[in-house]
Amino acid sequence: MEAIWNWFAWLYQEHGINLVVFYNSYDRGMFFNGLYLTVQMSVICIFLSTIIGILGAWLQGSALKIPRTIVYWYIQFFRNTPPLVQLYFFYFAVGNVLPRIENAGGGTSPIFSNLQWAIISFSFFAGAFNIEIFRAGIEAVPKSTIEAAESLGYSRLKAYITILLPLAFRISLPALNNNLVNLVKTTTLAYAIAVPELLYVSAQIWSEEANVREMMNLLLFIYIAIIGLLIFFMNRLERALKIPGYTAQ
Amino acid sequence: MKILHPYGYPSWIGKNPSPCVYRPGFGASMSNHRIGVALALAFIISVVAGETIAATAANPSVMATVIKWLPLVFKGFLMNLLVSILAMTIGTISGVALGLALVSLIQWVRRTSWFLTQFFRNAPWLVLVFYTIALIPFEVEIGSYTIPFPGWLKATLGLALPVMANTAEIVRGGIQSIPLGQWESAESLAFSRFQIIWSIILPQCFKRMIPPWMNLYAILTTASPLISLVGVNDALLMTRSALMAEGRSELLLPMYSALLIMFFIYCYPIAYGTVKLERRFSIK
Repeated sequence: MEAIWNWFAWLYQEHGINLVVFYNSYDRGMFFNGLYLTVQMSVICIFLSTIIGILGAWLQGSALKIPRTIVYWYIQFFRNTPPLVQLYFFYFAVGNVLPRIENAGGGTSPIFSNLQWAIISFSFFAGAFNIEIFRAGIEAVPKSTIEAAESLGYSRLKAYITILLPLAFRISLPALNNNLVNLVKTTTLAYAIAVPELLYVSAQIWSEEANVREMMNLLLFIYIAIIGLLIFFMNRLERALKIPGYTAQ
Repeated sequence: MKILHPYGYPSWIGKNPSPCVYRPGFGASMSNHRIGVALALAFIISVVAGETIAATAANPSVMATVIKWLPLVFKGFLMNLLVSILAMTIGTISGVALGLALVSLIQWVRRTSWFLTQFFRNAPWLVLVFYTIALIPFEVEIGSYTIPFPGWLKATLGLALPVMANTAEIVRGGIQSIPLGQWESAESLAFSRFQIIWSIILPQCFKRMIPPWMNLYAILTTASPLISLVGVNDALLMTRSALMAEGRSELLLPMYSALLIMFFIYCYPIAYGTVKLERRFSIK
């Protein structure tokens, strides 16, 4: 491992390509912590936003008007306002109104940290899109499938869980992929409220070391790699879930 | 042949959903709108009423303060609109070219354009904005002319890159959604490849490309406050400056709400029109 890090130091001395995040152990620690935080934040947001999506799609199919209206305006609000302003709204405005809790040191601190607000904000943002995606998937399941299930004596809930959702999920997967990729891209906005994720630590490093060019290229490369990995796994999932014979027209 | 539908509607479902299928959400939209407007009005009236009672001369009401700053924030909002329209124009023109390159018969053109499309589609927008801000020089000298590149123009270019890649995908999807028979019959009538694309394929898929393109514009507009992070005086930065000048924490909620509402009023009709158009085009 040490040899690899030394190679980057040599690269700097010989060719002037300053990838300080590999040969300097302090910057390296900071950079990889940022990378870890980005991945962690993405995974938590993907999980929460999927749950919001399933719950919201279920509420939208309800017979009652009130939950449908609420979900409709929730979706429209989060889709048609800037995610960055949403983040500021949550972190500065809502965070300011919420009561503060006492911490171990005797002082008070906000209920949610900036990282937690970022996770909440991005989950709501991506969740709004997920509801639409799952709803479209549910609507794309042919009515006759549900009728067939009903004629076999399935209750509505049972048919929903064992027949409708599994089929709808498969139909939604391509659109869901797209949205989850977007979600990972959106995590960079946490930079704005000083969450030490990948972009934020990179900005700190390039302003200290003045190696903007190298850091920018590295950053783009890493984000493309993370998103490439996500797409790879989602495609694997899509293939694994594929029902033979259910694809032909 | 597998036909890729431009709005992500899986072709293997069979038929398009019939227009009378019950759709929650946009289905009951008129009464939905009435309820939404009523709720918003009730909220604003209650806030204003509560505020005017509590206001004193030394401590002007929150509403009055927000209204005082609104023209400034709106000026910033115009900057957002300028940047979004400019980025959309640049992105669309280059994106159509890139999209045509995606269906080129020459392999290296296809490969290169595919790589560019994937790269700019998947890179985070904020990183691209930082990239162009940091790496484009602030002025370029061509002969005796000096062309300045102010920050907002560089940020616009940063936003135009992902727009270009997404437009390219829309164009490619649109072209591939035209049945193969159209290509074959045009070929049998001795149209050249350029003529086929220009006068037969593109006019047919133009209509189908409008809704996703409008959707892209709405997304771009909601992404435009990113330019505030690189110091362009947009609506978000104006809001932050106003809040800093006032230094009153009770202003945070109404000021950010006003900003959100401003974007919502602009973007919601676009999103609504997109859905309406999409449905109209998918019926036949």
